[in-house]
Amino acid sequence: MIPEIGQFSLILALTLAFALGTLPLIGAARGVPEWMALARPAAQGQFVFVAIAFGCLAWSFASSDFSVLNVASNSNSSLPLPYRIAATWGSHEGSMLLWVLMLAAWTVAVSVFSRGLPDEMVARVLGVMGLISTGFLLFMLLTSNPFERLLPPAPDGRDLNPLLQDPGMVIHPPMLYMGYVGFSVAFSFAIAALLGGKLDATWARWSRPWTTLAWCFLTCGIALGSWWAYYELGWGGWWFWDPVENASFMPWLLGTALIHSLAVTEKRGAFRSWTVLLAILAFSMSLLGTFLVRSGVLTSVHAFATDPKRGIFILGFLALVIGGSLALFAWRAPRVGLGGAFEVVSRESFLLANNVLLVVAAGAVLLGTLYPLVLDALNLGKISVGPPYFEAVFVPLMALAVFLMGIGPLARWKEASLPELAVRLRWALAVSVVTALIVPAVTGKWSPLVSFGLLLAFWVAATAVLNLRARIGGGGTLITRLRAQPRSYYGMVVAHCGVAVFITGVTLVKGYEVERDLRMAPGDTATVSGYVFRFDGTREVMGPNYRAAQGTVKVSREGGGEVTTLHPEKRVYLVQQNAMTEAAITSSPLRDLYVSLGEPVDGGAWSVRIYYKPFIVWIWGGCAIMALGGLLALSDRRYRGARRREPVPQAAAATRQAAA
Amino acid sequence: MRYLVPLAVFVLLVALLAVGLTLNPREVPSPLIDRPAPAFNLPQLHKPDLAFSTKDMQGQVWLLNVWASWCAACRDEHPLLVELAKQRTVPVIGLNYKDQPDAGKAWLKQFGDPYVLSVADAAGRVGIDYGVYGVPETFVIDRQGVIRYKQIGPVTVRSLDEKILPLVRTLQKQ
Amino acid sequence: MTSPPPMRLLQDQPLTGVRPQINASLKVVASIVLLIVSLSLAWAGEAVPTDQDPVRAQRAVRLAEQLRCLVCQNQTIADSNAPLAVDLRTQIREQITEGRTDGEIVQYMVQRYGDFVLYRPPFKATTALLWLGPALLLLIGAAVLARNLAVRRRRQAAEPLTDAESARARALLAGDGKKDRA
Repeated sequence: MIPEIGQFSLILALTLAFALGTLPLIGAARGVPEWMALARPAAQGQFVFVAIAFGCLAWSFASSDFSVLNVASNSNSSLPLPYRIAATWGSHEGSMLLWVLMLAAWTVAVSVFSRGLPDEMVARVLGVMGLISTGFLLFMLLTSNPFERLLPPAPDGRDLNPLLQDPGMVIHPPMLYMGYVGFSVAFSFAIAALLGGKLDATWARWSRPWTTLAWCFLTCGIALGSWWAYYELGWGGWWFWDPVENASFMPWLLGTALIHSLAVTEKRGAFRSWTVLLAILAFSMSLLGTFLVRSGVLTSVHAFATDPKRGIFILGFLALVIGGSLALFAWRAPRVGLGGAFEVVSRESFLLANNVLLVVAAGAVLLGTLYPLVLDALNLGKISVGPPYFEAVFVPLMALAVFLMGIGPLARWKEASLPELAVRLRWALAVSVVTALIVPAVTGKWSPLVSFGLLLAFWVAATAVLNLRARIGGGGTLITRLRAQPRSYYGMVVAHCGVAVFITGVTLVKGYEVERDLRMAPGDTATVSGYVFRFDGTREVMGPNYRAAQGTVKVSREGGGEVTTLHPEKRVYLVQQNAMTEAAITSSPLRDLYVSLGEPVDGGAWSVRIYYKPFIVWIWGGCAIMALGGLLALSDRRYRGARRREPVPQAAAATRQAAA
Repeated sequence: MRYLVPLAVFVLLVALLAVGLTLNPREVPSPLIDRPAPAFNLPQLHKPDLAFSTKDMQGQVWLLNVWASWCAACRDEHPLLVELAKQRTVPVIGLNYKDQPDAGKAWLKQFGDPYVLSVADAAGRVGIDYGVYGVPETFVIDRQGVIRYKQIGPVTVRSLDEKILPLVRTLQKQ
Repeated sequence: MTSPPPMRLLQDQPLTGVRPQINASLKVVASIVLLIVSLSLAWAGEAVPTDQDPVRAQRAVRLAEQLRCLVCQNQTIADSNAPLAVDLRTQIREQITEGRTDGEIVQYMVQRYGDFVLYRPPFKATTALLWLGPALLLLIGAAVLARNLAVRRRRQAAEPLTDAESARARALLAGDGKKDRA
């Protein structure tokens, strides 16, 4: 019964999405207020029905209803409840339903938090989101129905892939999808602006908080994925430039470019057509990512089971949505005009340069990801593009961008002076260089890459301090001066510092990590980087749906002093019979100690891998700080008050456009 | 005009992805096609005192089929090979890859033995020489001992009819 | 060490039966390890690295990190636990012992598995666009940026406000009274 309710809800949602995607848009074009007014209720109705459908699927999983094919393929009665619920989105069909749920949620959020927007704009934005929703709902109902029945029902399910039976994996997809899908809001605002022909600073001010929020979610989602891979996969890696990882990284890069570009469009009315293009491209990358993961075009550990029919549908959908938007862009954007004037050296041009670097970086990642396909399609042989390529290409670009990140905030809008900037920055540069050279020397192992990485990190930190000092100059106590700065400023500072923390983590881990591959018999010890690891053998333990050989490793400091006891496991999940490693990690802000079991060898001994990873939590900590900066920025007063503010008077807007 | 650039680039991308849907990204083509089959000399599975060398097949067109008792997919293609052996079109030599001899012999007893003979590659060295990365794999080798085709994965009716048998016939006419 | 299968439903037939290989590969690994540590002490002591010679071990790892595992396809043969990866790691160690150079060992692999096995794509005619692409994109981006800035400059210079527009602008600014906050 419940799966049928779910399926029916989806059909209802589809009708509402279709209504949402057509009537308000026609209404806005023709000036029919009643049709435009349909947008909000349709959006809210759509959300209700998608939520019901999602609830039905989650219920089917929670109650282990094996007459539903999706449940039988991805769950099991001995799977613990939290993972049974997470299995709702552990498959292609379920994750598509999650996608659609997120889209419906963002749509309803826009419908609620848009009171101050003109009706036409609301109708258009919600209409475009409705069109996207229609496409995905159609895709689900036609090719990937999560409610397909399995009759007669299976006696038990095939179990969720053991790699997914983990808290990190439970929260990573929802976060990621909130980000991916969130860029559809910026996209819809862009399309609405192109359709309406009005591309002014108001549009940018409306788009910005939505884009920043989506960006925050995406940052968290990617960071969670990386952290999960680190502790779950058992060999200490945290980023593999895997096609699906790249598919989430490209929207992030473009999204970062977009939030910077929106800043300029909002404040100075410049870059308008470029910002619109970025908004279209960022969401296009999200859609492209969806295609790459589900079509079987690229190999990846993340890829869902593939079906050519699905690939064709998504590609067609992609072609329609992105092709249509880019065509609309080509048609409408030339009329937009240049916007505010600025000099060759100014904050605007630094931000433009940042944009160029981020977009080129995204392009490089796309090139590397798709290049094997290009060669294969042209019958020029088969190659594989791995991390060495991406690192060689990505790091220099980002190094440049980070360098500019220090200068940009200090440059004045409209016109800045290079000599003046150089004078102000020379101390920051000096401090960075000196610290970057000293720190590695102190730790005993100097390498140019470590110094360079630290140089960049200190540069960001030093320039942030410099910037803060310059801004809070003036009368009044320190506290009042600090309070006077807008939250969006602090958001920027915090987010940039997050980048510095991230770079520090990456540099120090790559420069100083130690890996030892050992054979350990019970009682053996190993000394790695000042820590002593004693292997005390293994014993059999039973988990809820697995059997494991659990090792005991006592960790202590070389000079004496207990640290902790670790229990790495080698699990065999009973249903799918896969062997899996659960690494044991002890974390601290300064270092991670990571132990994973390999294979048992003769005489009760095991091959064991021990890793010393210094400062590795700074990687994900840096990402969290970046996201925090984003949240700070979007809680700025001007967005909270925006609802109450009247729309910009027409005359002023017209003057601004004429003077541009 | 430059506003059309994004659209133009996108159209190219869609074309590429459409072609991509017809390709298989996991398949790694062999660099050994049209190269001499790596020579080997291995003990036979059923008669370990006797050896078999690639030189023994000089002058014949033959198939080298890589199989193992632990390989699930081998069971899928095995009936086709047994059928092929009955028709006596082309000799098939089996390469028992990284297997226990007893397990291998038992497997052949249970599922049928289409091979003229099988050789035991317990360590997998010959497999590495032939670029084997997934079992089963089948090589078509011509009279001069040159590899002409590699079937990655199980032999299917389609691959037999469309690729392997026509090639064998052509090579046999030479 | 993990042997995670790629995410797949049971419909997909894996090219290798990874699971049933565990028994066979365990024996192979065990015998290799036994060979290497045959001189180890019987009672508890310092843990022994899986390869006795640290120099050779380092070289082997470095080489293994340059080669892609064809079974898992997303890991190097240094990281992968697939039986083929284990075999190839052994091959590398043996060839190092035989005195082959790094280049020769890599060539050995490429001869058998093609360019796909290289984790770092080679620089050839077909991959020139791959390696030079980002630099090219950057140059194009920089050029477009420079042109845009130049055009912007020219356009500002060419369009001074008319008298009427200047008067209107002055009136608006006087009536507005808001500062442009940076």
